[in-house]
Amino acid sequence: MPSNKSVSDAPICQFVNCRILRDHKLQREDLWVREGQILDPEKLFFDEKGFADKQVDCEGLIIAPGFIDVQINGGFGVDFSQPSSDVASGVRLVGHRILEHGVTSFCPTLVTSPPSVYHQVLPQITVQNGGQHGAGVLGVHVEGPFISAQKKGAHPEQYLRTFSSPGLSDLLQTYGTLERVRVVTLAPELEHSTGVVRELSQRGVTVSLGHSAANLSQAEDAVQSGASFITHLFNAMLPFHHRDPGIVGLLTSDRVPPERTVFYGMISDGIHTNPAALRIAHRAHPKGIVLVTDAIMAMGLPPGRHTLGQQVLEIQGLHAYVAGTKTLSGSIATMDMCVRHFRHASDLVLLDDDLNVKATYICGEEVWRKKT
Amino acid sequence: MRLVILDEYNLASEWAAKYIRNKIIQFQPSADKYFTLGLPTGSTPFGCYQKLIEYYKNGDISFKYVKTFNMDEYVGLPRAHPESYHSYMWNNFFKHIDIDPANAHILDGNADDLDAECQAFEKKIAEAGGIELFVGGIGPDGHIAFNEPGSSLVSRTRVKTLAKDTIVANARFFGNDLSKVPTMALTVGVGTVMDAKEVMILITGAHKAFALYKAIEEGVNHMWTVSAFQQHPRTIFVCDEDATLELRVKTVKYFKGLMHVHNKLVDPVLSIKDQ
Repeated sequence: MPSNKSVSDAPICQFVNCRILRDHKLQREDLWVREGQILDPEKLFFDEKGFADKQVDCEGLIIAPGFIDVQINGGFGVDFSQPSSDVASGVRLVGHRILEHGVTSFCPTLVTSPPSVYHQVLPQITVQNGGQHGAGVLGVHVEGPFISAQKKGAHPEQYLRTFSSPGLSDLLQTYGTLERVRVVTLAPELEHSTGVVRELSQRGVTVSLGHSAANLSQAEDAVQSGASFITHLFNAMLPFHHRDPGIVGLLTSDRVPPERTVFYGMISDGIHTNPAALRIAHRAHPKGIVLVTDAIMAMGLPPGRHTLGQQVLEIQGLHAYVAGTKTLSGSIATMDMCVRHFRHASDLVLLDDDLNVKATYICGEEVWRKKT
Repeated sequence: MRLVILDEYNLASEWAAKYIRNKIIQFQPSADKYFTLGLPTGSTPFGCYQKLIEYYKNGDISFKYVKTFNMDEYVGLPRAHPESYHSYMWNNFFKHIDIDPANAHILDGNADDLDAECQAFEKKIAEAGGIELFVGGIGPDGHIAFNEPGSSLVSRTRVKTLAKDTIVANARFFGNDLSKVPTMALTVGVGTVMDAKEVMILITGAHKAFALYKAIEEGVNHMWTVSAFQQHPRTIFVCDEDATLELRVKTVKYFKGLMHVHNKLVDPVLSIKDQ
C-alpha cells in the first residue's frame, strides 16, 4: 500500500524480517526509512497515517547502523598521505571499496607530513555524502604533526612540530586550511596546546589526544579545554600506571565535565591491543568506545613492502611493521574484522550471526551486496 | 447470550480469532462497505491478536477494508509510552497487519479538549455506520472498557476516573508503582458498546471468575457493568475453564452441552484464498 503522502512524497522503505540492536539486545523489529532518515513507525502510523511503499526482506539478518571509520590512512594501494595530483580518485576508490566492510562514512587520515603535503592534499578532499559511489567523507583526520617525539610510533621524526603560540596560526601554516579538517590528533603536553585545543573545539573540530607522553593531569586539562577523543587507546601513549594512569586514566577520570563523554578509538584487530586490555577499557567506560581500523594503504593488498607517508613498511600476515623494525605502523584489518574481533568484544549494514557483512545501505539505498 | 467455554487460554484465543475471521470474511468487506470492529487491550486479548496476525500472514484474512475503534486510552500518558494503548495496539496488532492507518481509531488521551475528543469519537463511529462486532474484556471488578462500578449503563464515550481495583490491577504494567499508574482514562460508554450489532466478551483466568458470575448469573447492575449485555440481542462470552469457576455447575454444563452448536460458527473456518 503506498504512503498517503501527507507529509512527504518520498517513498518509504520498510526493512522486514530483520533483527535490530535495541536496548542492548537483538530484537525482531522492522525498520522504516524515508529519504535517508529512519522513521518512528508509530508516528508514521498514528500521525501521518502512512505506511511503506516498498519492502526489503532481510531474511533474518541483523540490521545495524553503517560503520563509521574515523581513522583510516588509506587502503587498496591508496595512501592518503601521498602528495598526488589526483587525491580525489584515491579517496573515491577507498570510499567505494570499504562499502564491502560495512563502512558508510569515514575520515581520510593523514599521518605526520611536511606542510607541502598538507597544502597539496587537503584542498583535493571534499566533504560529501555517501551513496552508490561509496562511503561518505566526513572530513579529514590530521594525525600529527603536533605530537610527541617520544611517542611518534611510525610517524617521521623530522616533520614533527610544536606550537609557537596558543592560537591556530601554526596549524594554518602547517595544514594550509582547516576547512575540511574534522579531527586533529595532538599531544596535550606540548606547550601552548591548551589554547590550541580550545580554539579548535570552538570551531567544531574534534580534538583527539594521541601520540603523547602526557600524564593524566595534562590530559584532563585538555579535556576541560574541549578535547573529546583519544587516538588508538593504549598505543603511542604512556602505559597505564596505577599512580599515574596517563591518558588511559581519562576513561574513569572524575575531571571530565558531567555533560560530556570522552570517546576513545580502539584498533580491535587482535594485534594492536591484547583482548584483555580491550575488555578492561570497555568495561571501565563502555559508552566511550569507538572502533577504528587505522588501516594503511596495504589493507586489501598482498604481503610485501609498501610506502606509508614518508616511510616504508613491511606486511607480514595481518601485521604491518615499519620496515626493518618491530614497530607497528597501522593495521590492515578491515572494519568488519574489527567488529567481529570486538564481539568476543538510511547508513545500515546487514550482518549474519557471525557478523559477516552481507549488504550495505546508505540512506536506505543498497550500495553493496555480498555476492553468493 | 452464548457462553463458549474452552479448556484453556490458547484454545479460547483461537476460538475468538476464528470467529472474528469468519465474521469479517462473511461480511465481504470492500471499499464501499467497511467492516467495523471494536477492539480491546490487555493480556486477555493478546492471544487472539496473535492468532489474527497468523491468519493475516498466511494470507487467509485481510484488514484492508476493516475499520477499528479501540475502547479506551489513558489520559495524560504520552502516546509513545510503552504502556499506552496506542503502543499496545501498534506493537501487538497494527504493525503486523495490512490495516490502513487512517482506519485505525484510538481515543487521544492527550487531546486539548477531552470532552470534544470523546464526542468526535462517537461521531466517527456513527459516520462509519456503527460497529459490526465489538470485542471486549472484563475487569476483575466487572467493568467493560473503563466503565467502572457505578457507571451508567446507557453511558457514552467520556472521561472516567479509574477505580482503585483497576489501578491496582494495572500497577504491574508500571513497575508495581501505584503512583505511576494513570488515574483517568477516555472510554467508550456501556451504551456505546450496546449499540454494536454484536458483542464478544473475552474472559480468561480464575481472577475473572467472580466478575463473570456477577455479569451473567446475577441481575443487570451498574456495579458490574458487563451485566448490561444481558439485554443485548447478540452477545458471546468466550472463556476458559478457570473463568467459569464461580458459575453454577448447571450453567456450565448447559453451555458446554451446546458447544457443538457454537462450533458451527468457527468450523469451517473461512479464508479469502477461497474467494
